[in-house]
Amino acid sequence: MSAFIQYTLQGLATGGFYALAALGLAVIFGVMGVVNFSHGAMYMLGAVGSAVLLDVADVPFWGALVVVPVLLFLFGILVERLLVRWLLALDPLYNFLLTFGLTLLIVDLVKRRYGVSGLPYELPAGLEGRVTIGGLSLSSYQLFAAFFSVALCIAVWLLLTKTRIGMIVRASTEDAERTRALGINVGRWVTPVFGFGIALAGVAGVLAAPFRAITADMGSNFIIILFAVVVIGGLGSILGAVMAGFLVGLVEAYGQAYAPSYAQVLIFVLMAAVVLVRPAGLFGREEAS
Amino acid sequence: MAERLLTVDTLSAFHGEAQVLRDVSIDVSVGEVVTLVGRNGAGKTTLLRSIMGLHKNTRGSIALDGTTLDGKSADKRARLGIGWVPDDRGIYATLTVEENLSLPPVVDKDASWSLDRIYEQFPVLRERRDFPGTKLSGGEQQMLAMARPLRAGSRLLLLDEPSEGLAPVIVSQIGQIIRDIRSQGVAVLLVEQNVKFASTVADRHNLLAQGEVVESLDNDAFQSRTTELLQHLGM
Ligand SMILES: Nc1ncnc2c1ncn2[C@@H]1O[C@H](COP(=O)(O)OP(=O)(O)OP(=O)(O)O)[C@@H](O)[C@H]1O
Ligand SMILES: [Mg+2]
Repeated sequence: MSAFIQYTLQGLATGGFYALAALGLAVIFGVMGVVNFSHGAMYMLGAVGSAVLLDVADVPFWGALVVVPVLLFLFGILVERLLVRWLLALDPLYNFLLTFGLTLLIVDLVKRRYGVSGLPYELPAGLEGRVTIGGLSLSSYQLFAAFFSVALCIAVWLLLTKTRIGMIVRASTEDAERTRALGINVGRWVTPVFGFGIALAGVAGVLAAPFRAITADMGSNFIIILFAVVVIGGLGSILGAVMAGFLVGLVEAYGQAYAPSYAQVLIFVLMAAVVLVRPAGLFGREEAS
Repeated sequence: MAERLLTVDTLSAFHGEAQVLRDVSIDVSVGEVVTLVGRNGAGKTTLLRSIMGLHKNTRGSIALDGTTLDGKSADKRARLGIGWVPDDRGIYATLTVEENLSLPPVVDKDASWSLDRIYEQFPVLRERRDFPGTKLSGGEQQMLAMARPLRAGSRLLLLDEPSEGLAPVIVSQIGQIIRDIRSQGVAVLLVEQNVKFASTVADRHNLLAQGEVVESLDNDAFQSRTTELLQHLGM
């Protein structure tokens, strides 16, 4: 039983990364129609950025948790302004290929500069140990990561559901053309939304830094799982992205614990099962026939 | 003579190579309900989408209040006072009823209906204000879709087959709403296949066949010649 709770916590912590990153992916896709392949690379930059900041400027984890997402927000804005924006009018495939190319570029640049072996990072001050709750010994950091990502998802959720900006983002996510026809300049929100989505991938990267190997390639597996998350949750569904993120994190953790050689396969079995039963995903809307 | 609000002048529209509108000229004045009647595929929706700036592959000109809309984006056109009520009603599932009403920016403070006024006119919307928009029945969704531009204060409504798929009692309610809207001085361009319904609300009619306006006439003439005209349209 206690082992099961530990796996659950680990699953929620990992699921938190998926949920945050998938949330960013979903908002970008919804508002802009862009499938951002570089989301995994942005997540990697979040983790690598934390390690580099610690190494060269002694910025601790807590500082990185603030600074790295801000830097990635700015980087996202730059990418949108200089590259993505020019292809928005074309078939969505073009931006998919563009962000794929961008991924290769970013990953290779990081490899050239920092090599292929993992960068060192430590558990943040105050969260090195374990806490005992009701006789259960749990990793303080995993507990923090799980709570932090849940809290951040709730905060983003409130932003999306309680503010006018959030209302516009939800409306554009559902139908950008109709939202324009109702008088809203959707284009004005495109740049900040892209930056925001990238920043969320960055937060996931910072959170992953203390307990995953930090390498230039860490994003390539991540993006594949992220696509599975989005398909399971329902393309274009914001709630679906978050729920499926945690679900996939749990499946992965249980898989690693009870059937290690099938851990990855399980995620895709889950995806196939969901697509068979509900082609639009758990929270996606079925296309009206 | 009331002042001219919308002028569509020799508009042609294309879907790829196919021409779906041919030199269509129609106009709508302030406080007037004008219809566009035609069978499936005649090009009615394409005309409304062209006016809204959503369908761009067009030739000819469209003007609102004497100013051309050429090159203006859809959101700009909406802010100039054009309110679109699409054929699928365009209600957001992820927005509540009240959010659906509040989403469009108010384009004219004096003409804009307050939420209270909307709820007085449509009590069912008040009851369901916190429900997701698509949890409403078809008729309620249609009312919501029509209330939305009133809330924004649009001066021209483009209604795309508002009676479609609704029970007769609801259709007559929709008709009453259109007459109310008209008496407020709002102009309405109504696309319809339901000819009986169209003749209960409109001042003038334009008959559209294969992308061409084949007849323009006032409601009296329309009513006395209905059978003949419908045969002509193949409806
Ligand atoms: N996206 C599109 N691509 C190609 N052809 C289209 C497209 N949309 C409509 N058409 C064609 O253009 C013509 C006019 O379509 P439109 O939707 O404007 O007709 P409509 O009068 O609104 O019909 P309905 O009463 O069925 O709504 C039709 O022949 C239709 O097949
Ligand atoms: Mg139509």
